[in-house]
Amino acid sequence: MQILIIMLAVLVSPFVLAQSAIEPREFHSEVQEKRYRALIGELRCTVCQNEALESSNAPLAADLRQQVYEMLMDGRADFEIREYMRERYGDFVLYDPPFAGHTMILYLGPPALLLIGLITGGIMIRQRRRMLHKRKPDT
Amino acid sequence: MIRMALPLIVFIGLIGLLLAGLKTADQRQIIDSPLIGKPVPAFALPDLHRTEMLLSNADLQGRAFVLNVWGSWCPSCRVEHPLITRMGEEINIPLVGLNWKDERELALEWLDRFGDAWDFHIFDQAGGFGIDLGVYGAPETFLVDHTGTIRHKHIGPVTPDSYPDLIRRIREIETRTGS
Repeated sequence: MQILIIMLAVLVSPFVLAQSAIEPREFHSEVQEKRYRALIGELRCTVCQNEALESSNAPLAADLRQQVYEMLMDGRADFEIREYMRERYGDFVLYDPPFAGHTMILYLGPPALLLIGLITGGIMIRQRRRMLHKRKPDT
Repeated sequence: MIRMALPLIVFIGLIGLLLAGLKTADQRQIIDSPLIGKPVPAFALPDLHRTEMLLSNADLQGRAFVLNVWGSWCPSCRVEHPLITRMGEEINIPLVGLNWKDERELALEWLDRFGDAWDFHIFDQAGGFGIDLGVYGAPETFLVDHTGTIRHKHIGPVTPDSYPDLIRRIREIETRTGS
């Protein structure tokens, strides 16, 4: 039984540790807290670039979380906070970059490839079918 | 025949793409600053050496300068230090240090130990000016022209490879100023 509890504790500990990256904050409302969570989840930590601000232990990420929190408490809108970060760190800080000229390939590339694939597939199926039809009378 | 070669062509193309990706992997870490071509953000911070003195944009009005972000906690700043020292001797515009997210005593000790080639240091302990500048890791080096516009940003330590290019850009800014 004791071993089971220890195993469980070991299993759970990473989650507890991961949580500790985030400072405890007080919010006026649940909505505000949700907005805060959402914002730090969609802003990239520029130091450790594969992490969101939410999970990063980098000192700069802590500063930026603080900044987001202060701006939220200041009554700023989400888009203002996103814009604040974008003005300083560029589109790169947004995990969800805006649809613009230079991000076109990012958004249109995959659907375009899918379309090309579908068209090629369609053509190949048609050709095969035609070949089969032609062969039939011979046999 | 073409049909047989097609997978091979696609394969070679893919290899080429991946190789190109590997070659540019280092550069992809670098975030292009949206601040290039924009004015230096407003700041009002103490001088590292004389904290009673407040420095602001007005102190650099009408002058081109190099802004080098560093901290005593930053190992790469020590790596680039000899080249920054050389830069301080070679250039004709002020070399301004931005001591970022540091403790004053540690910063002064660091300068005593390794040498102080900068003209003066802005002391940004809270790190707010750094964030306004889009700094995400020291060292970073900004080139600012005489209109107070950021012209270039070098991310990471200045290396023997990148030094000549930086000096060339600084010379350009110097001649534009006429100083």
